[in-house]
Amino acid sequence: MNAEELKNLEVAQTVDARGTSCPGPLLAAKKAVGEIELGEILEGLSSDEDTKNDIPKWCEKMEHEFFGIIEEDSYLLYF
Amino acid sequence: MEEEMLKQLEDLKKRVGKLEKNRKDQLSTAIVSGDLDKILATMIISLAAAASDTKVKLFFSFWALSALRSPKKKAQGKDFISKMFGLMLPKGRNKLKLSKMNMMGMGPAMIKFLMRKQNVMLLDEMFKQAAELGIEIIVCEMSMNLMGFKKEEIIDYPHLNYAGAATFVAEASQSSIQFFI
Repeated sequence: MNAEELKNLEVAQTVDARGTSCPGPLLAAKKAVGEIELGEILEGLSSDEDTKNDIPKWCEKMEHEFFGIIEEDSYLLYF
Repeated sequence: MEEEMLKQLEDLKKRVGKLEKNRKDQLSTAIVSGDLDKILATMIISLAAAASDTKVKLFFSFWALSALRSPKKKAQGKDFISKMFGLMLPKGRNKLKLSKMNMMGMGPAMIKFLMRKQNVMLLDEMFKQAAELGIEIIVCEMSMNLMGFKKEEIIDYPHLNYAGAATFVAEASQSSIQFFI
């Protein structure tokens, strides 16, 4: 999915983990995923570089679908 | 001949099934070190595992027990050696030393300053998160007695139990990840 498609996804919830370092964004994602329904999409904001690699791995293990990352001043993640 | 093959296949299937069943999605860690850096690493990995729905069990023993001492609590009725140990060892997770570059306490102070600056969780927050995620702490009672610590001076933590080495071995043998720190 390219950045344009990612931006057009319908997001159920956005979790802002900017300002936290590893494993802060993971914990935030874990909490937020518990609050949305199956099939819904979660958007995460992070300012931690490790998140780029960590979140796809985390999704793989948790069996969440990972859509992609948009890099801006902070990045966006979708699953 | 074919019957023999089928029998072997059946046997193999049974064994694989047993292996798969025996390994739980669990991280079992035996922590012996009481250095700030090692306890930090332990907690970061444990939190990441717990956030990935991996069950986490932490076995604290020997020097690591310092990290579980409560700075507020006091234990009565210790003998002389226990009292000396108690005095010489860090009283709680915020008093731990670095394994390298401790520099009489300047190292830990600098690390904590950097952690705050870079928004890394401090140990207090990590233990809070660990409790929320259901990370279990198991205290080795034998080493606790050896180090002269008493149950009365151990921190309040919701999932804290006391057990021995056999418990760790049993848990580790069923875990997909085992660490010794």
